[in-house]
Amino acid sequence: MERPSGKKTPSQRVSEIVDKTQGSQAWNSIFRPGSVFRKGYTDSPRNRSYVIMNSVLYHLHPVKVKRHAVKVSYTLCLGGLSFFLFILLTITGIFLMFFYRPTAAQAWNDIYTLQTSVAFGLLVRNMHRWAAHLMVLSVFLHMARVFYHGAYKPPREFNWVIGVILLTLTLLLSFTGYLLPWDQLALWAVTVGTNMMGYTPVFGDQVRFVLLGGKEIGTDTLLRWYVLHVLFVPFVTVIFLAIHFWRVRKDGGISGPL
Amino acid sequence: MTEIPEHLRKRAEEAKAKAAAKAAGDAPAEAAAEAPAAAAPSAGDSRIPAHLLERSKSAKAKKEGGADAAAPAATGGGVATAVAEAAPPPTATGPGGHTQRLLTVVKAGSIQDVKSTPIDKVHTWPHLLAVEFVAALAITVFTLIFSIFVNAPLLELANINQTPNPSKAPWYFLGLQELLTMFHPMVAGVTIPGMGIFLLILAPYIDKNPSNKPEDRKFAISLFTVQMMFWAVLVIIGSFFRGPGFNFVTPWTGGLFFEL
Repeated sequence: MERPSGKKTPSQRVSEIVDKTQGSQAWNSIFRPGSVFRKGYTDSPRNRSYVIMNSVLYHLHPVKVKRHAVKVSYTLCLGGLSFFLFILLTITGIFLMFFYRPTAAQAWNDIYTLQTSVAFGLLVRNMHRWAAHLMVLSVFLHMARVFYHGAYKPPREFNWVIGVILLTLTLLLSFTGYLLPWDQLALWAVTVGTNMMGYTPVFGDQVRFVLLGGKEIGTDTLLRWYVLHVLFVPFVTVIFLAIHFWRVRKDGGISGPL
Repeated sequence: MTEIPEHLRKRAEEAKAKAAAKAAGDAPAEAAAEAPAAAAPSAGDSRIPAHLLERSKSAKAKKEGGADAAAPAATGGGVATAVAEAAPPPTATGPGGHTQRLLTVVKAGSIQDVKSTPIDKVHTWPHLLAVEFVAALAITVFTLIFSIFVNAPLLELANINQTPNPSKAPWYFLGLQELLTMFHPMVAGVTIPGMGIFLLILAPYIDKNPSNKPEDRKFAISLFTVQMMFWAVLVIIGSFFRGPGFNFVTPWTGGLFFEL
């Protein structure tokens, strides 16, 4: 539609700004050729390949996957959901770290204050806890799914081993986090758990001492489990996740079809 | 003058000449003589590269008489002449006047083990990424909405001198805690879970059955299902059916002694 005065309609202006932004050097330095966000992206087999090949996603996904692997009914997306929950837990966990000090004198109060006087504090803590339980569940179900599809068979044996290690790490992540609120539930759940580990043959007492940072659960235990929970175990988990994902591709992609 | 590659030009000329010859109803003897070389290009789907074909032709022509080779060059224009004279490869002959020798014929099947059947694949973008995006969104929204309505437990401050009754481990360890009521703590707390993880790790090395079809692996599937059910039942009993003193209670009469 032409306007006699040469004025542009708002929509024309918007599209002009969009064009200018998408044509700028900065924009094109961020989004590599083939990106959906680049100017003039059209849906073609070539561009569909570029979306993966020219982005960081190429570390995770091949350009093409088997058709049956895309069906939700095959994987139920359980491995993916475990990973998403891990990311969600990292994000909410970082938020919680801003308001939490791992000492026996401050921990419980910090959580209480977080719930009562920090914006979204209660919500984020809830999300962190429920996502943690969900992650344990989804990792278990993922393992069951892989077993029922026989997906651990050659050449994927070793990726199954890494998966079992990741399952153990997930339980460790959850269990170390369990102590941190420093309430009665946390203290006694961890007491039960560490007492069990104390029955390790031969060096049971030493195992328990290392886990607790002393003879009894106390402020040292809290600091120890905090560091394990927010740094050490996530660090190890990320490394094993990287190997796990890499092996999925190297072992010929997802298993099946049945 | 546009520089048409010589072999293309010659091929076009030959095709024209042949079409003309056919139209005029030329002698069949001449066509038969040319058949091995000339039939293919006119068919249009020759497997022999055009330049090789041309090289052998020009070699034949040269063998018949050097004067014949010079004649088309003279009519072909400056560029073509230069190529014909300055570039010996197309007209060079090997021992015995042959331009090419057939060393061996290798059939495709003998060195190329072609056994892969095409796999039905789709583009990761958008087919897989869209599904993953929706899944990520769904789980986030689910967690968010669930967190709005259900609060995480925060009991009173930890007190080492006041043991709650019952004291329970996190739910995923309640199966083990349940075993504690039946076995020595070393068996229930260390040996059984240790063996369990060890056996899980060994699963792919123990299970030698190559098939992944459910009907071929009834034993493995039933064993695993029994395992899963065993632990699920233990966890459920430990979670909902254990009250004060870790004694058996029913949740609908004795109440619920379970915190997530």
